[in-house]
Amino acid sequence: MFSGDEKPRGPYQSYNEWFDGQDSTRLLRKSVEAEALFRRTGITFNVYGDSEADERLIPFDIVPRIISAKEWAKLAKGIEQRVRALNAFVHDIYHRQEILKAGRVPTRLISENEAFMPEMVGLSPPGDIYTHIVGIDIVRTAKSEFYVLEDNARTPSGVSYMLENRETMLHMFPELFSQIKVARVNDYALQLRQSLTECAPEGSAEDPVLAVLTPGMYNSAYFEHSFIADQMGAELVEGRDLRVCEGKLAMRTTQGYRPIDVLYRRVDDDFLDPLNFNPLSRLGVPGIFDVYRAGRLTLANAPGTGISDDKAIYSYMPEIIEFYTGEQALLQNVPTWRCLEPDSLAYVLDNLDELVVKEVHGSGGYGMLIGPAASKAELKKFTKKLKANPHNYIAQPTLALSSVPILTENGLAPRHVDLRPFVLMSPKKVHITPGGLTRVALEEGSLVVNSSQGGGTKDTWVMEG
Amino acid sequence: MLGTTAGGLFWMFRNLERSENTARLVEAGLRIALTRPGGGHDEWESVVNTAGAAADYLSTHQTFDGASVVDYLLRDPSNPSSVLSAMEAARNNARMVRTALTREVWEATNESWMRLTAALTKPIQDRDLPQLLSLIRRETTLVRGSLAGTMMRNDQYDFAHLGMFLERSDNTARILDVKYYLLLPPEAQVGSRLDSIQWETILRSVSAQRAFRWANPGEMNARAIASFLILDPRMPRSLAFCYSKLNDNLSYLESTYGSSVPSKAMAQDLLQSTTASSIGDIFDQGLHEFLQSRIELANQLASQIETDYRFHG
Repeated sequence: MFSGDEKPRGPYQSYNEWFDGQDSTRLLRKSVEAEALFRRTGITFNVYGDSEADERLIPFDIVPRIISAKEWAKLAKGIEQRVRALNAFVHDIYHRQEILKAGRVPTRLISENEAFMPEMVGLSPPGDIYTHIVGIDIVRTAKSEFYVLEDNARTPSGVSYMLENRETMLHMFPELFSQIKVARVNDYALQLRQSLTECAPEGSAEDPVLAVLTPGMYNSAYFEHSFIADQMGAELVEGRDLRVCEGKLAMRTTQGYRPIDVLYRRVDDDFLDPLNFNPLSRLGVPGIFDVYRAGRLTLANAPGTGISDDKAIYSYMPEIIEFYTGEQALLQNVPTWRCLEPDSLAYVLDNLDELVVKEVHGSGGYGMLIGPAASKAELKKFTKKLKANPHNYIAQPTLALSSVPILTENGLAPRHVDLRPFVLMSPKKVHITPGGLTRVALEEGSLVVNSSQGGGTKDTWVMEG
Repeated sequence: MLGTTAGGLFWMFRNLERSENTARLVEAGLRIALTRPGGGHDEWESVVNTAGAAADYLSTHQTFDGASVVDYLLRDPSNPSSVLSAMEAARNNARMVRTALTREVWEATNESWMRLTAALTKPIQDRDLPQLLSLIRRETTLVRGSLAGTMMRNDQYDFAHLGMFLERSDNTARILDVKYYLLLPPEAQVGSRLDSIQWETILRSVSAQRAFRWANPGEMNARAIASFLILDPRMPRSLAFCYSKLNDNLSYLESTYGSSVPSKAMAQDLLQSTTASSIGDIFDQGLHEFLQSRIELANQLASQIETDYRFHG
């Protein structure tokens, strides 16, 4: 659409032909209609510390982001390679630590990392799968040039938006889907169920009992937790519904306690088990980790996977991929300066106004600095922070992110986007849902796509080949 | 099903039923206030009594004037039984048990909540009140309709119904109890204009004026009204009807789960001890005592259901 020569770019061609035939006021009305649909369905997220509007909608843009079959095939290959490497890395870190012995990743990065869980050392989860569900954040800078921004190997969220965005589009523009062949996403929940079933502990029934653990309805992602449980036909449970009975994790049903084989937990590691971890946690289940250690429960994702996805480890991903797969990484990393290295820190401080600085353990777009958009005072503040705590930060160049069209009151306008494809991993296969969640920075020129910072989402179409 | 989910369904429908009943009470109060000179402060007081909220009301108000009572019952967030609070609670219950609801039931509940909270955020103008009350009834009816039209007849449905009929029987019993003095003889007063207005209020507050006339063409007297609202098994808000539904749903649960529980026996006793009496027996025994014992037994039944089906562990 915006490839310069004013001719629609490949995958957008059919969509553009349709779009040109539309009345723009009708489309704007559809945008309002979409919002009402989301409200009715209750697709909201809660914002911490915001009592005025504790349930908010993530703005939805009705223009799909379209990816060609060829581009997707290339991406999917790179994603699969990356996820396999992540899983192998976590396994290795909690077993022989070959990669540290080989000197490819500094030992200090693991031993001093809060996400490292000593309790996991030597423990082998069912099927040797750690990263059951992964979200890989990807940006494109030029045609077919993709960079991985971030790996999410703990409890990646957003998949419900991927699914509901498609539902909304199907509801509002049914005619589009008969004209244009878009790869389906709506079997995600079944795929998830199957993938988790394949990871059930030994000795489970053929149809193991699955449940989704949520911190509760005041959690910002509660809608997603209930949505996923609902879609895959699993119980949605909270800590208060669970206890350990006869060596198994069990949930309190109307007829007594019933064992659970696989728990898709949306509660952080530290809160899982007040006996083994944070004693103040009321979100978890006392003794659950003992059941896990005994091999009688699958936790998805495994505790301790956070060791693979923090921003300091990220910069070693090319080495990690090569180490475990013997191949060059298919997807590129964004060049990253690790501020704990004095040379890098010096460079970052000199070029702060051109860089993006992120906290190593941060997420959700909080605590980051976008150099080109920052005021002098902000730059000064960050210089101080960097000097005081260099190991807490990494820096990356601001990429010339490609943009895609969104609908505004003045017609189509380009905005920056990223993409989070969702990956499921079992001992049998790696499944990647075609597409993913496209997040879009709604403000002109903005690079921040996080929903907590005013970003929106759009449907993501992968064309069928 | 999780015990928590069963409890959530139970309370969701209790709360929905409660908001609908509160709207009806206000509707009946409004009717009296409009048709009687003097604004009907007594009537509003008895409406608050029926809602079981007199003590709470008086902690923040001095008089039972119409505007304050209406505001308190419909939109006061500090009143846990106000329509606003009950809808909020019902919707929170629904969010909690979303995996046990069809999409239709969830959306109907969510939309009702959105519309009613929007309608109840601003103070209510007199002229908007009738419309607002019918909106409340319509919204809760939509939820009930989607329940009937889309939910499986399984344990989920049974718990929803248990909550609905416990709340409803409680409401009918309270209405009768607050007004019982009107229903008692002396026969001499029968037929006075005041009484017939009051009786009509009783019927109106359970939406039963028309139904009563069908069942009792031509006559309106205290005994017939009491009999209709306590014993008539065809009247969907009568005690006999509600208790029989409770008994049915508990027996469906027993057969679904293949095990018997104490609450089923309690429901059966409650039903039998109620329907075994004639209206004459009830008046002889003392209407007030009879109604008080129903309210008490239904409360015991509710907490036995909670225990039997592990709502809280």
